[in-house]
Amino acid sequence: MVRLIAFLVGLFFSGMLLLGLGDTVVSAIKEPALPTVEAGFHEETLPVTFAHDGPLGKFDRGQLQRGLKVYSEVCAACHSLKLVAFRDFAALGYSEDQVKALAKGWKTEVPSINPETGEPATRPGIPADKIPSPFANETAARAANNNALPPDLSLITKARENGPAYLYSLLLGYRDQAGYKNEEGKELLKEFPDAATPPGLHFNPWFANLNIAMANPIASDDLVTYDDGTKATRAQMAKDVSAFLTWTAEPKMENRKSAGWAALGFLFIFTILAFMSYRTIWADKKH
Amino acid sequence: MSFPWAQEYKPQGTVSKWVDERLPLPRLVYNAVGAGYPVPRNLNYFWNFGVLAGVALVIQIVTGIVLAMHYYASVDGAFNSVEHIMRDVNAGWFLRYAHMNGASFFFIVVYIHIFRGLFYGSYKAPREMIWLLGVTIFLLMMATAFMGYVLPWGQMSFWGAQVITGFFSAIPLVGEPLRQLLLGGFAPDQAALNRFFSLHYLMPFVIAGVIILHVWALHIPGSSNPTGVSVKGEQDTVPFHPYYTAKDGFGLGIFLIFFVAVTFFAPNMLGHPDNYIPANPLSTPAHIVPEWYFLPFYAILKAFTVDFGIPFTGIIIIEAKLMGVLAMFGSILLLFFLPWLDTSPVRSGHYRPLFRKFFWYGLIPSLVVLTYCGGKPPYTQWVVLSQIAAAYYFAHFLIILPIVSRIERPLALPNSITEAVTGKPLPAAA
Repeated sequence: MVRLIAFLVGLFFSGMLLLGLGDTVVSAIKEPALPTVEAGFHEETLPVTFAHDGPLGKFDRGQLQRGLKVYSEVCAACHSLKLVAFRDFAALGYSEDQVKALAKGWKTEVPSINPETGEPATRPGIPADKIPSPFANETAARAANNNALPPDLSLITKARENGPAYLYSLLLGYRDQAGYKNEEGKELLKEFPDAATPPGLHFNPWFANLNIAMANPIASDDLVTYDDGTKATRAQMAKDVSAFLTWTAEPKMENRKSAGWAALGFLFIFTILAFMSYRTIWADKKH
Repeated sequence: MSFPWAQEYKPQGTVSKWVDERLPLPRLVYNAVGAGYPVPRNLNYFWNFGVLAGVALVIQIVTGIVLAMHYYASVDGAFNSVEHIMRDVNAGWFLRYAHMNGASFFFIVVYIHIFRGLFYGSYKAPREMIWLLGVTIFLLMMATAFMGYVLPWGQMSFWGAQVITGFFSAIPLVGEPLRQLLLGGFAPDQAALNRFFSLHYLMPFVIAGVIILHVWALHIPGSSNPTGVSVKGEQDTVPFHPYYTAKDGFGLGIFLIFFVAVTFFAPNMLGHPDNYIPANPLSTPAHIVPEWYFLPFYAILKAFTVDFGIPFTGIIIIEAKLMGVLAMFGSILLLFFLPWLDTSPVRSGHYRPLFRKFFWYGLIPSLVVLTYCGGKPPYTQWVVLSQIAAAYYFAHFLIILPIVSRIERPLALPNSITEAVTGKPLPAAA
């Protein structure tokens, strides 16, 4: 009885799946899927390597400090960094006094209340504060940005596939759409005349749907002046800020990797000893 | 139960004698995983994975209890509390990554454990009850893992909860009210998050309880073995301790090396980037996918594309969506009937030439294809592949296996485990 019911159930499910298979094939032939502009013109991330790549990689402190400078002078005009506190910047190699000065001199003040009246007010930052956001709330952020919401950047490199390289590619990925050709030499606007970038958006083939609300944030060299004398080219700024935002997303990466090597070392010794005791105990038993 | 030649627990000191007379817990352990449990001497490395699954559960419970001390189950605070754990709690990043990847490794070892059972016929008499309890544990694990994935309240958490609870709304008449009852609202929100947290904390202990039953049921007939031939005498077995404790120690080391390598060097490899975006009910991700260990079942769900009805009348009896949901649950529930679908008296796949062909060239490829296609967007080629693979999956268990067991001519079995191991027939007297 069990087997009879099973047979019928199996016949039903498998039969319906094979019917569905026929249906899928027929409709794919009748109405073949139209090529999409994303499929033909969305670009793979650019090849870029960072000091923190790989199981032995460590952050380049100088690069993180340069990235912080790019963030604070360029990105922070629109993007928040809510999960990071000023005190965390000690990990970038700043002294306690430098962190205090950074917090105090930050362009946006920290929301607070007036101790006399209880009215909303702002005060200068202290190391314990999280980085204050450029806009008071989402509505204010959208109002200032053509109704687009600049995402918080704390986790952005973990929230995108291959995040650091993606961010680097995106920042350098603004192109002129007129006459833009992909690697196969196909011209976008000739293949997809409807795909012209709408007003208020910006063409960037590294962005998921090719049109991003953010205008090119690093359109020219020397937007910042690096303290260590590094030339602030566009590629340098894009790379530094990508490294910095990798750190904001994964501030414990170095602890993680060094703990990982210690754990692996311990486990190799443990496993060798366990294997030897296994062989010793079983020495007289054929198995 | 045990074999008559099982070593007996003999307490030596006064204290252990005193304890043994009042609460023979050391005796229980001795007979369960000590020298008092005789085990076939020919187990291969696939038999390590039961113990490893137990270890994985312990890792999840220990890391999970500490995480719960810092986690805050609130739609406004959950995401930030997870990031607080990652940034400010001492070794919090380790606890969180170990728990997150621990779930994946729990499924990896359990899938290998199930694979072992399927190939070596561990579900057959007299071990049906062990199998039934095992499938129950698997179902409980899936529920626990799903609810755990919702807790960080990222985009995939929220939309995964939306999709999975949406399955219930496919049920005719009571579907939508049932879904609202489960969620405590019209969409995943505070009520759902709170109850998922409560249940996510409860279920591992339920799993631990069913594991005790699973191990208890195992000790009635004793462990199976790669030949599938029953134990005939003392020469076929070795005491669990020290023989298999030593072998499991080695297996544990290998398992932990893999676990540590992923947890410390590629902790987000098995996750989805979208879950680092806070949940936003107003923004649907381009492509909602569950965790990798659910992908084969997700592929089955999506493979049903035509309604079942009376042709040319437009009358629909079962909609494609409902059928997908039924098939997805059915693909796991059918495992409960496996001991009665596969009627071959031969347990081990080694001695079943026809079964082995369907197993290696049919079942395993279809599961690989389903896992792969489950994570792909619904383009024609992936839908076609998952429809073929899903059709095979159901046919394999429900149609092919009963027929194969009937028509197959198994190879000659060894007379005993010892003979299979030593290559020498036993003396006639034994």
